[in-house]
Amino acid sequence: MKIVNSICRGAGAAGIAAFAAMPAMAQETATAAAAAVTVDKGDTAWMMTSTLLVLMMILPGLALFYGGLTRSKNMLSTMTQIGAAACIAMLVWVCWGYTMAFGDGGGEIISGFGKLFLSGVTSASTAATFTSGVAIPEYVFICFQMTFAAITVALVLGSVVERMKFSATCVFSVVWLTIVYFPIAHMVWASNGVFFKMGALDFAGGTVVHINAGVSALVAALILGKRIGYPTEAMPPHSLTLTSVGAGLLWVGWFGFNAGSALEANGSAGLAMINTFVATASAALAWLVVEKIAGHRPSALGFCSGIVAGLVAVTPAAGNSGPFGAIVLGAVASVVCYFAVTKLKPKLGYDDALDAFGIHAIGGMIGALGTGIVYAPSLGGPGPADFAISPQMVTQALAVGTTIVWSAVGSAIAIYVAKAVTGLRVSADAEREGLDINEHGERAYSY
Amino acid sequence: MKLVIAIIQPYKLDEVREALAAISVEGLTVSEARGYGRQKGQTEVYRGAEYDVSLIPKLRLDVVVEASFVDKVVEAIETSARTGRIGDGKIFVLEVEQAVRIRTGDRNQDAL
Repeated sequence: MKIVNSICRGAGAAGIAAFAAMPAMAQETATAAAAAVTVDKGDTAWMMTSTLLVLMMILPGLALFYGGLTRSKNMLSTMTQIGAAACIAMLVWVCWGYTMAFGDGGGEIISGFGKLFLSGVTSASTAATFTSGVAIPEYVFICFQMTFAAITVALVLGSVVERMKFSATCVFSVVWLTIVYFPIAHMVWASNGVFFKMGALDFAGGTVVHINAGVSALVAALILGKRIGYPTEAMPPHSLTLTSVGAGLLWVGWFGFNAGSALEANGSAGLAMINTFVATASAALAWLVVEKIAGHRPSALGFCSGIVAGLVAVTPAAGNSGPFGAIVLGAVASVVCYFAVTKLKPKLGYDDALDAFGIHAIGGMIGALGTGIVYAPSLGGPGPADFAISPQMVTQALAVGTTIVWSAVGSAIAIYVAKAVTGLRVSADAEREGLDINEHGERAYSY
Repeated sequence: MKLVIAIIQPYKLDEVREALAAISVEGLTVSEARGYGRQKGQTEVYRGAEYDVSLIPKLRLDVVVEASFVDKVVEAIETSARTGRIGDGKIFVLEVEQAVRIRTGDRNQDAL
């Protein structure tokens, strides 16, 4: 793959997301294209739809998926923390997030602050797509990217449920988005971001969303400490029915996440769509097979876990792989994630309550590194004929490694800020009785 | 009067209720219960975490009948709840001192 030279000037960073490999990208800047751009109604409608699909992934998708995995005394707490974190992300995004990630100018780490509070954005402004001269309304692009920030911070909370104060999750969200998410989103997706310039492939956010959220979740869980009784007390999921409903909503919503990241309703979106089907199907089945081989019965939770592992792995590869590469990638990620959550976690003893690290970070790493392989045209990928796997793998590994360090350090800071402001953790009595009653004054289930 | 307490497999409820209706048992109270006997529970696995679930869901039936009728009731429950496999449950019979129908104030046998 050719490294895309940044020619970002003026408003150039706006609107450029994902998919560093498109040659047309190099010519694009919002300002340069302003005179000649067309806004296609089909593209716009698809991007608005995709945006809402990603919102559905969070509410109710992730809220149910995570909520069902907790004990019934913490159901509302889990769902409310996810909902509130997502809402905080939406407001922070329009205040200073968008300009930090996709604003005008700036450097390799963050953009300039010219679009603070969406300054200068009107219903006539546009954001570039991957096709020269084709744009989508900037408001739509802002909303689409907003939902990514919202789901990423919500994902992090999966490791800290059942013991972290509601107020602490709110403070953590604001700080974490600001010092971790926005810079990484800029580095990977904006045309003057450091990884984008290096040519790192990340179609829909394997690095930005999943590795980032998963590593942050691990760091947060380590600092917060284990739940009382972990791992000796039984803590089975209280409703795998709701978890299954959530997993289904995540899968459907993920088509907005992945195919929407093409920014247009075109063949690239179609490729992302088929990969989001087949990688996920293969991952779901692979998890069940591994369970069987490991001497257990194929489980409903295993099925749901496989679905999410496959979705995570195919995220960076969605438009960067052929369907059969995606099938292999999904299966490999599923098997590796299985061992991460069933063997690695108990061995290391950390309490990543809902396996945000084991599935999102591990699956994300398999996906990010694997994308450097399945992109090759010899393996059915959409890469150019002269694509070489080894140098691309180095680039992918660099982006992954830097993300890991950045999110680990940033999360530690965000957690300690939350601790200083709120005390971080509920009292032992409140934790035993449940966060629903103690933090929210309600019960999820009244019979 | 005798109180018959039966702990049965939940899926056997309909058969037991029909067997009791067939011998004209007038009233029955059913509660969801959990417990263990010689079956000693089962193992559940969630993402590799294995839990021994020692308390298994059962139903508890309470029936109060005239003392002369109790053998027929026990037999009806026994035959209808039996699968022959482990976990079929238990039946206990206890003496009852008094019964009251709240609506009318009927006492003892009239209240059944």
